[in-house]
Amino acid sequence: MKLTEISGNINEWFNGEGPLGDVVVSSRVRLARNLAGYKFLAACTVAEKSEILRKLKDILMGLNLGDEVFYIGVDKTPVLERRFLVERHLISQHHAFGKGPRGAVIARREFFTAMINEEDHLRLQVLKAGCQLRECFEQIDRIDDMIEERIGYAFSPKYGYLTACPTNLGTGVRVSVMLHLPALKMTGHIEKFLNAAKSLGLAVRGLFGEGTDAAGDFYQLSNQITLGVSEKDIVSRFEKAIIPEIVEYEHVARDRLLAKEAGVLDDKISRAMALLKNANLISSQEALFLLSHIRLGLNMHKHQGASTPAIEQLCSLGSDGGDAGGKGRISIATVNRLFMLTLPAHLQLNYGKELDSTHRDALRAKIIRSALNG
Amino acid sequence: MQCEVCQSREATIHLTEISDGVRTETHLCEQCAREQGVAAKSYIPLNELLSNLLNAGPKEDAAGKSAESDTVCPHCGYTLNKFRDKAVLGCPYDYEVFEKELLPLIKKAHDGSTVHSGKIPSRMPRDKHKQMQIARLQQQLDDAVRKEDYELAAKLRDKLAGNQKTEDR
Repeated sequence: MKLTEISGNINEWFNGEGPLGDVVVSSRVRLARNLAGYKFLAACTVAEKSEILRKLKDILMGLNLGDEVFYIGVDKTPVLERRFLVERHLISQHHAFGKGPRGAVIARREFFTAMINEEDHLRLQVLKAGCQLRECFEQIDRIDDMIEERIGYAFSPKYGYLTACPTNLGTGVRVSVMLHLPALKMTGHIEKFLNAAKSLGLAVRGLFGEGTDAAGDFYQLSNQITLGVSEKDIVSRFEKAIIPEIVEYEHVARDRLLAKEAGVLDDKISRAMALLKNANLISSQEALFLLSHIRLGLNMHKHQGASTPAIEQLCSLGSDGGDAGGKGRISIATVNRLFMLTLPAHLQLNYGKELDSTHRDALRAKIIRSALNG
Repeated sequence: MQCEVCQSREATIHLTEISDGVRTETHLCEQCAREQGVAAKSYIPLNELLSNLLNAGPKEDAAGKSAESDTVCPHCGYTLNKFRDKAVLGCPYDYEVFEKELLPLIKKAHDGSTVHSGKIPSRMPRDKHKQMQIARLQQQLDDAVRKEDYELAAKLRDKLAGNQKTEDR
């Protein structure tokens, strides 16, 4: 399959739908596994890595996942396509720019990826829109069982699933949610959220994982402890204790903005609209920053019934190209689409060739202008 | 306490710096801390955690070698120094070969836990299931004794004894 078959659209888990979707953009569960009888990758020869890759690829391509799956030989894929896969959250930075024979098996609807020969022999992930961690876990657990029927994993009765890095030992599970927290940022409360997350033993990362900043007010929150606690307990703690609290916290910040700083909020949304509708050059960082304010305005209109002058103007913007009616159809899906399709590798892949940064900024501005001006 | 920079907001971030034996304290509000680039770290990066923990281990002797760094895993040829260098292990057996040195790190990374209590592969032999149950009970017993909950400890001890008896059969 060619990646351009998917690069023109947003993926299912980024459609803005799903439970608590105004704050929880998506849910992800990943499992780290290694094959019994093999060394971990750092000590493997190229031939051993190739053998692991072949075995796992054969098994994964033969699974019935209820969707078409395709294989990408990551080490043989051009850099631009690898960057695209990272932007799409289908593979990690580490996998894209690692060494040696490695690959990825991806479901066409993008809810599932298996990275082969990343840090561990196998990294499975399931992604869904909104807060759906339990559903993600149930699905990945079934897939894990199917794989395990065909091949043995490195497992110790004492330490559980054995991983290359002891920080993943035990369940090998990493549960994470992508959160959109613009109001906490605007009201200056984001440090409190970061400190609270730290005290709960959770990790906070930016939009594209480890080492990236929180562009567009998107934060990824994940567990760090994988040993001594069951997968179900980790998931349930997130769903019942952690997520509701953060969502409430962001909602309170949105209410406070509306009640006490409606003028400031209105100004931010007006400025974002003005720039996005008129700019001729716009960087990826700036687009993420401004689109975040647009997303906040739309969500506050939908969920809090906010109707400042700028929000009213925002709601009458754009053309989705979907329903009949011409004007006034800008939706969260449109904004999410702009978030994703204006990322550097998406832009270039869809344009058909590599572009320097000025040309990318011009193309990005053009795509956004045409979506918002209708 | 007031923020030292703006002199108006409450100071919530307190920094203590010790340099050349001189201790200085700074008290800032969140906003001024952010402006000064002093944001509280939300988490310790894994690699940093690993190297800090392992480097805090036994120091090398005068000859530049410690006893532990001589141990070589017979399965993958890894040494503890190689793990320090790469932050990943060489093979599953390293967890046994370097168990003593890895254990403090495992405990630190997993909030004191040292025993798995999650999914068990279905293809694992029945006796291994049993072994896992025993290991879990042992950890619970150790926790109970540490917390001086002797009533719970007694119950766990009996349960453990029952389990071990069936294991012996």
